[in-house]
Amino acid sequence: MSNEVLLRMEHISKSFPGVKALDDVELTVKAGTVHALMGENGAGKSTLMKCLFGIYHKDEGQIFLNGQEVDFKDSKDALEHGVAMVHQELNQALKRNVMDNMWLGRFPMMDKLPFVSEKQMYEKTMEVFKDLNIDVNPKTIMSEMPVSQRQMVEIAKAVSYNSKIIVFDEPTSSLTEVEVEHLFRIINSLRDRGCGIIYISHKMDEILRISDEVTIMRDGKYIATKDSKNITMNEIIKLMVGREITNVYPPKTNTIGEKLLEVKNLSAEYSKLSDVSFVGYKGEVLGVAGLDGSGRTELLENIFGIATRKSGEIYVDGKQVTNKNPRESIKNGFAMLTEERRATGIFGVRDIQANSTISSLKKYLNHGFLDNKKLSEATQWGIDTLKTKTPSQKTPIRSLSGGNQQKVIVTRWLLTDPTILLLDEPTRGIDVGAKYEIYELILKLANEGKLVIVVSSEMPELLGICDRILVMSGGRLAGEVDAKNTTQEEIMTLAAKYV
Amino acid sequence: MEKKFDKKKILDLLLNNAMYIIIALLVVYVAIKRPKFLGIASIINIISLTASKLPMALGIAGCIVLAGTDISAGKIVGLNACITASLLTTVYKIWPNMTAPFPIPVVLLIVLCVGGLIGLFNGFCVAQFDLHPYIVTLSTQLIIYGIILIYMMLGTNNGMALSGMTEEYKQLITGPLFNIGTVRVPRYVFYALCFVGLMWVIWNKTTFGKNMFAVGSNKVAAEVSGVNVKKTIMMVFTLAGMMYAITGFIDAARVGSANATTGLNYESDAISACVIGGVSFVGGTGKISGVIIGVLLLQVIFAGLNFLSVNANLIYIVKGLIILIACAIDMRKYLTKK
Repeated sequence: MSNEVLLRMEHISKSFPGVKALDDVELTVKAGTVHALMGENGAGKSTLMKCLFGIYHKDEGQIFLNGQEVDFKDSKDALEHGVAMVHQELNQALKRNVMDNMWLGRFPMMDKLPFVSEKQMYEKTMEVFKDLNIDVNPKTIMSEMPVSQRQMVEIAKAVSYNSKIIVFDEPTSSLTEVEVEHLFRIINSLRDRGCGIIYISHKMDEILRISDEVTIMRDGKYIATKDSKNITMNEIIKLMVGREITNVYPPKTNTIGEKLLEVKNLSAEYSKLSDVSFVGYKGEVLGVAGLDGSGRTELLENIFGIATRKSGEIYVDGKQVTNKNPRESIKNGFAMLTEERRATGIFGVRDIQANSTISSLKKYLNHGFLDNKKLSEATQWGIDTLKTKTPSQKTPIRSLSGGNQQKVIVTRWLLTDPTILLLDEPTRGIDVGAKYEIYELILKLANEGKLVIVVSSEMPELLGICDRILVMSGGRLAGEVDAKNTTQEEIMTLAAKYV
Repeated sequence: MEKKFDKKKILDLLLNNAMYIIIALLVVYVAIKRPKFLGIASIINIISLTASKLPMALGIAGCIVLAGTDISAGKIVGLNACITASLLTTVYKIWPNMTAPFPIPVVLLIVLCVGGLIGLFNGFCVAQFDLHPYIVTLSTQLIIYGIILIYMMLGTNNGMALSGMTEEYKQLITGPLFNIGTVRVPRYVFYALCFVGLMWVIWNKTTFGKNMFAVGSNKVAAEVSGVNVKKTIMMVFTLAGMMYAITGFIDAARVGSANATTGLNYESDAISACVIGGVSFVGGTGKISGVIIGVLLLQVIFAGLNFLSVNANLIYIVKGLIILIACAIDMRKYLTKK
């Protein structure tokens, strides 16, 4: 390709007390290409981007935009120079509508009066939306839209600044496959009009599909830049982790036993989940697939008693349980790993020990008082078993990486001795190595005779670790497939059944 | 390059400990100007004042750990001080039909119930209606103030200050624990120590304590993790109410009288003490030792200002500034560093 170089970052280094986060990193993005940036969590991708946007000040190195050296003060400065970022966690004014968010900080004004022109705002928004083929009413309140549409708004905003460089940070982590397709169409059209796209993701198949070039980082260092057409998934993984992972999924050795869980005609009071019935067996990994908003999460929440049930029955080992609230569910042997780790999982300011033991405190009582030794033994067991990387038990959980936070929360649930584990997107935002460990753990639990129910947006993941997969669609159970004899096409067809 | 980095580190260190540095400078200044400030009498006075404020601060600290607050605390102290003064007295003004003072344990039980029930009411509103504790306690402090005013009008009292408490009760609270030279260390210093021990055990050694920190850190995650969030919130406020009641019970004897303004603004002292001691409004963090240090440092400041004969009106301004500075310094620790 002979495309001109749009952005060039050279010899970028950045240190934090005790850590060299970036060490002589380079990145070259050409116009009209999608450039994937890959690396495990902590490899320095985000730090590099933050240096680009002036959120961090680089210690060394230079950044050239269109051949001219730049040093942005902050992300607004970057945006005004045509460098935009679509964040993984969207920072939007959720109570305001779409166009307010689009033009925030630069509202179009009326001709002669010092007032905001709603009319212009609407028209300009529609213009951008039409251009990108986005079907969203500019007057919709942000919080009333699914994450995918809010992300589209963010992209439209970037485009409205005439951005030449657009950074996508894990854009598909909360999207379903259909939404991913739409996103890719938009990215491709941006590429065709000469933008340089930096695409950060953990999902290999996406990278190989969408990107033209891929730059790989490891431990804060630049490893290689490769042409995406001439590289395989295994090669990328090898470069990323510096070791070879032979299988992306561990071998399945679990055997399925007798019936453990039976759910009959489950309907939710406040969501569209309706009339779901299924059974789960001891030693089984049961997947739940479906599009965003299909009721996957709601199904787990209803079983676990977080959401209000309208009707339906739950049987464990033939005995009916009510699972009115999480406390009761835990007593009945259930455990639930929630989807939004930061919002509903971790106790950020609390340490690893407090985070690990909170659900099983009664186990550590000695004459009515908590026994420090028992608490730290249980915590240490979790750290050792799951290979959690933490300086100590007293480290606040928020200072750990996403994968290690997830391991701590898994520890919390394992300490309650569950027989049925409900895992909602257990590998979201986790790097490849940690993902593999989570898969191993899921299979290990199944081997111990537990029932593990896994909700995931990543179909290969479900196909790789599950025995059976339930497919949800429009709040209903659209079908059940055998993971060994199904295809992604079959699951997608079922997922679209009641949409 | 290297030097610049060090400078930043030192500045950080100075800012994070600004409160302690200010206090240390104040102590040095006062000690030079008025050497008696570091004398036995003055130190015992500071310790006694600290002890008198401790139970209340320990109670309110729990509410702050929940990422809440309690601005009804001072009024609960006041109400219970008035109840105590009216029952353990030799002049039966509020209850003219009384023939003898109540037994002390009965009064203690009464105030614990009154404080506990008000706390429970606060906690119930916070937990059940999902209201911010600020709103709930803003309302209840008005309600309690009304009740205090009505109570003080009962019998033949006509709103006057209550005094003439029984010797037995006064001895129990303010009698000498021991003497250092001619300076008396009052008994309530010992009681405060007991409550410190009790609260330390509750915070660190019970499931309730751990649940309290979890709820303060992340309410939704606590619920999902099987913590009974509503019960925890109600228990924290009930416990706090009982601690305020004890503060009131001690205060009536310590001051020697009680009236409708007893306990006025106590909560602002207690809240500032907690924040100075690292019980953060962010929620989910804080230590008993921090509360003690906070209360102590605050009393050192007040005593220092008194020694310098600073105008009492000015002290209000200082208090306000202390809360602001302490909160701002505390918040620095939780902001994402860029």
